[in-house]
Order: sequence, then C-alpha cells, then structure tokens
Amino acid sequence: MLFPPTPLPAAPSRVVITGAGIVTALGIGWKPNAEGFRAGKVAFRPVSQFDVSRQRVKVAAEVDLPKTLPATQLSRRQVERLDRAGMMLILAAHEAWRQAGWQAAENLPLVLGTTAGGMLLGEAYYRQAVQQPRRHRQQATRAVHYQPQVQARTVFDALGFSGPVTIISNACASGSNAIGHAWDLIRSGQAERVVAGGYDALGELVFSGFDSLQALSPTICRPFDARRDGLALGEGAAVVTMETLEGARRRGAVILGELIGYGTSIDQHHLTQPQPQGNTTLMVMKQACAVAGITPEEIDYVNAHGTGTVLNDSSEAFAISEWAGRRAATLPVSSTKASIGHLLGGAGAVEAVVCLMALGEQWLPPEIEFEIPDPACKFPVVSRPQAACVNVALSNSFGFGGVNATLILRRWA
Amino acid sequence: MSRIFIAGIGAVSPAGWNVAALREALNRGEPLPVQSLARPGWDKPLPARLVPTPSIRPEFLAHPRLRRTSPITHYTAAVALEAVAGLRTNPDAKSCRLGIVVCLQSGCVQYSCRFYDETLKNPATASPLIFPETVYAAPASHIAALLENVVVAYSLVGDPSAYLQGIALGVQWLEENRVDACLVIGAEETNWITADALWHLDRPAIAAAGAGALCLSRDPKLSAGVELALITDAHVYSARRNRAQAAQAMRAQLDAPAGLLCDGIGNRSRADVAERNAWSDWTGPRISPKRILGEGLMAASAWQCVAACDAIATGRFATANVSLVGSNQQAIGARFVRADSGISHLSAATSKGNIRP
Repeated sequence: MLFPPTPLPAAPSRVVITGAGIVTALGIGWKPNAEGFRAGKVAFRPVSQFDVSRQRVKVAAEVDLPKTLPATQLSRRQVERLDRAGMMLILAAHEAWRQAGWQAAENLPLVLGTTAGGMLLGEAYYRQAVQQPRRHRQQATRAVHYQPQVQARTVFDALGFSGPVTIISNACASGSNAIGHAWDLIRSGQAERVVAGGYDALGELVFSGFDSLQALSPTICRPFDARRDGLALGEGAAVVTMETLEGARRRGAVILGELIGYGTSIDQHHLTQPQPQGNTTLMVMKQACAVAGITPEEIDYVNAHGTGTVLNDSSEAFAISEWAGRRAATLPVSSTKASIGHLLGGAGAVEAVVCLMALGEQWLPPEIEFEIPDPACKFPVVSRPQAACVNVALSNSFGFGGVNATLILRRWA
Repeated sequence: MSRIFIAGIGAVSPAGWNVAALREALNRGEPLPVQSLARPGWDKPLPARLVPTPSIRPEFLAHPRLRRTSPITHYTAAVALEAVAGLRTNPDAKSCRLGIVVCLQSGCVQYSCRFYDETLKNPATASPLIFPETVYAAPASHIAALLENVVVAYSLVGDPSAYLQGIALGVQWLEENRVDACLVIGAEETNWITADALWHLDRPAIAAAGAGALCLSRDPKLSAGVELALITDAHVYSARRNRAQAAQAMRAQLDAPAGLLCDGIGNRSRADVAERNAWSDWTGPRISPKRILGEGLMAASAWQCVAACDAIATGRFATANVSLVGSNQQAIGARFVRADSGISHLSAATSKGNIRP
C-alpha cells in the first residue's frame, strides 16, 4: 500500500550503490567516461541532430550511439521505437543492472529524472501535424512513446523487472532529485532496492530555447572562469542501482559508494535566475551535510552545478564559499559540464556517477579550459588532471524553476 | 504512523473556477457544452471542453511572477489558493512549512507548441520569454513564489494515476516532518495538439483543461472533515500484467465495501473497458467526472479526488473511493473517509444528482 505507508524504521537504513551505468558524449559506459573525465577531455562538436544554421551557437556534446543495443529482453519492434533518449536510458540501465548483478523482480521501484522524456518524438509529432496535417502515420505511436513513463516501462521490459515508476521533472535538478528520492524510499523502509537515474537527449526545442535566452556560450564553456559567457548543452543518461547496506552485504555485492546525504529545496527568486547570494544553494548543502552528519571539512571534492553562465556560477560560488568557510581555501571544486555540457534532466545523475568514479579511482575531474577564477570563488577550481585522496564528494544540481538539490557520496573502502 | 487529513480542496474545470462550480456541474449530471478548437490544416475543428474565462480577473495574476504565465499556471495558482484558504485564515497555520507536488501528463503544451513553432519558422526570433514557461516545473515554481512559505516542491510526470503517487509523496514529506502541510495538484492545459493526440489515441474522448488540489496535513485542527484512509499499491502495467489485470488488482486491493465511487470512466468504449470491468460488480453510488467534464488527464484525476473529498466534506457520504486506471502506466485506487468516523462503521448517504446508484 502507498498509504498507510510502512512505519518509519527506528534507524534509517544505510544506502549503497552497487551498479552504475553512464552514457555521455565521452562514450558509452564507465571506462571511456572515467578516462575522459579524469583527463578533462572536452566533447563538444558541431550539432548534427538538427539544423542549427540559423542558431547563434552551433555546438553541443552529442552522444555517438551504437548501431545496436546490447542484448536485452526488448523485442525488435520495441527497440525500433526507441528515440535517442530512450536508447541512452536503456544503455545506462543495462550497464548498472549488469554491474549490480540483480535478477528479475516484481515491485522494484524505478525513479527517473528527466526534463523532456521523449521530446524528440514530440517534436516529430508536431512537425508532421503542421507540415502534413492529413498524414497520420506513426502519430499515435509518437503520442504514446514520447511520454517518460512509457520509456520507463521500456526499462522494465528490457531488464525483466517491474514496480512503481516515479518520474521527477524538476528541470535540471531532476536527476539528483531522482537519486535523492530513491534514497528516501530506502531509508524510510518503503523499499530495499531502487533503480534510479536521469536522462535527456539533445533536442531542437530545448537547444533553441537556451540559444534564445543567450545562455549558450558562443566561445567555450568555462564554469567559474571570470571570462565565462554561457553554458553548453549535452545529452546523456546515468542510472544507479541502490540498496540497503545489509542487502548488499548479504549477497556479497561490490559496493561502488555510499549515498550519505541529500538536501532539496526551492529558490523562489526567479524562474530562471538564482538568488544572487545563493541562499537556497547554501541551505540545501547544509541540509545534506546535516543529514550525513558531516562538516565541510570532511568533504574532499565538490562537483558543482557550474553551468558556465554568469549568474549561476557567481551565485553558486558565493554559496560554496559561505558554506565551506575556512575549508574553502583548499576545497577542490569543478564542474564536469566543461567536458560534456549540461545534460539537463540527466545532469544530476551523471554527475553523481562522476563522483563515484572520483571516489573509486581517487582522482579529481578537471576543467581544462579554466584559467582565471571568478572573484566570488574562494575555492580552487580543479584545472589539471590530478590524483587525490577523495573520501567524500558533494554534488550540486539546480533547475529552472528554482529546485536545488545536493547529494553527498562516500567512498566505500 | 500519523493520520492524514484533508485541510482544503481546490478545483478549476470547464465548469468554473472553484469547487462549488465543479460540485454543481457534477450534481447536475449533464455533460458540459463542447467548444471547437481550430486544427491547422483541417477543415473540421477538434472538440474540447475549455475552462471558461473568469468573470473577474483573478487577483493573483497581478503577482509579478505570474504576468507572462500560461493557462496551466493560472489553473494551478487558483486551485492552490482555494485549497490553502483555510490554512491562511488559521493563525496556527499561517507560517507553516508548505510542500508542493504538481502532477502533470501533458504539461505546458501551449507555450511548448508556440515556442517550437517559432523555432521552426526562425529560431533567431523565437521568444526567450516563452521558453522558460515550457518546462514541466514552471507551474510549481510560480506557485512557490506566490505562496512564499514553500520549502520543497516536486513536479511529477506520469499517466493520470500518478496523481495518487503525488499524494503518497506528500504523505511521505509529512511523515518525515519536512513540511507541515502539502499541496498536491494535478493540472493540465489543452490546445489543438492535445486534442489531436487524443483524436489519434482515443477518438471519442473530449480534451479538457483545468486543475484540482488537495491540501494534506497531519494536524486534525486543520481538517476539513476528511481523512485519507488508504492508497493501494501502484499496479503497474507490464509484459506480465496488462491494463485490465492491473485494474482488477487495484479493485481487489481497494476492496471498497461501501460509500461513493468516483471513477475515471468517460464516454469511450475501448479506453474505459478495463476500469468498467474492474467495477462491474459495484452496485453502490458512483460519479464519473469525465463524463461531465471531459478528458482532463492529470487534472481529471485530481477532480475525482476533489469530488470524493467534497462529497464527504459536504456530508453526503462518509466514505468515497477513487479509481484511477491510467492510460499507460498503472492503476491505483484510494479511499477517503469522514474524519470523525471510524472506517468500520461507515455508511453511504443518499445519492443525488449525477451520483448513480
């Protein structure tokens, strides 16, 4: 029953991550992404998915999708119906599922974050409706399959499990909120295991939207650099399998990391602009630390939201500097959006997996193009590849509409 | 485990801009008039039931954040304010920490179509004022700014059954003491593209717009006389369980021994069959808001819950059951009861109006 809910446990369960799948413009899967992020590789190139000849900006971080998907339980017809977002979601979910070694199950919750779901199908629907109004072919299929809950069901069919689906669409915080909500479900005793993640594909409407706002960088995406002039868009997906520590230990699972803190709130300042001093960001970072029972002194790396826009980065820099206090002077911070762009609904989940990589392999992901720090940055921005002792990492995500979310992950050693 | 009370309800529908208008339309039992939506490239318009223009411009539209917003935000704001009206006049609740869950299926389709249309014509002139209003999270963001005391807000996307998941999420926040009250809103706007999609998927359905809201609280002093008794599991459609089987499973788990049934049956023979079969043995009174108001997607689910709570709050029933058999995700049911009565000794009051025995 969803209500009355399972009584809250006397003590919340510890939640660990035992599988992670990732798809970005750096590659498909953990290995190419870990190599790329570790080196600070930059994955932007001219957009090929749609016409950008009349756009102000013409580059993004596109994913090279494989010609065939890995073998799953999807039928040929189901595979043919997948759009780019659906394919990236299946690829990430498949990698996480295999890594976790989970078996088919009923009542296994799936929590996903996305801003657009199958928007590419929605765009195709609209174009055909206005350009060929009497042609109906494929329109019914598009009208169904653009919906994110239908894409989520495809994950069930591919991997052989089912359960309640929750789709969170808190704009660019969606992926973090999805993982945070999954954490809540496990800690509150409502689930022992959850599959969670975020995904979004590059689409014409969204690209044009950010271009119209002049939020896209006409030069290089340089988060926290004093010369920054905008963000770059990307696409991708990340999925993690989360379970109680007891459950993971019972089955002898390999643990990639522990999620120890989550905070979320809403900044009411403006639909698209953060409060300049980062008040809500500060609040959610404090919330997450309080739940985790740690202080900024114990954080070894911050994966910032760091879009590269003037307003976001100065607001976040103020918040991180204020929150970290004296620790700020030595706290490594970077934004991996410098490498793969802003993945919108996929960003928070992908960046959580990057944190798992940093924790597991003991390095910091650099921003290779970063040179001159914004005066608001009281912290060092990681600008060169480096090995480091990383035991606890914090990841920030903020969305249009003002939802802020912070995740804190701990190394499992 | 705490008891969860309904502290307020709100509705905007083709019947009008409040719960009273919804109640009146449902009691009258006559399908509301159908308007025409011009469909580009077609001679014949598409049918829809639109929200009437309010006789007086709502005051909330003067709020700076709501100036350029689309109808879905207007509906969301109206139901939010109606549902929290009791909290706002209660000195104990004026500064309560409020959570918001906005549930959507189609979301902000009007500005999305307009912006994409502008993009296709010439992206260089596509309006930057419109784009931010296309995101699913826009209505929740505006309502948070309007109400001010909001501490957490989620936008959930799904088929119409997800509205009850939204309520379960609100309950979770209350149980974890993150919020003192939680608004759960289901909202949709419509335009020709929504009506066109419905035409392709479910031809007899008539697209409708609006919103509905329940305000949840653990404080019995804030109760409007209604209490949440039960929400079933999410009976998800899968390769191993089709929609009809999921609807049957929901029906079996809800049990529904008595009271009113607020179902989601419209005037569609094919789309309604799973839910119709699941409730074929129901002999008690029932209301079917979609028959009167149209296919309002997530808003329609919220109307069902609002109608159920209103039937209890106005003393017509002591218990009301809600059946949500979603289009492509899951079936979920819920039961609301009179707050001052035990669930074991509930009895159905006399049916009237569109409430069919």
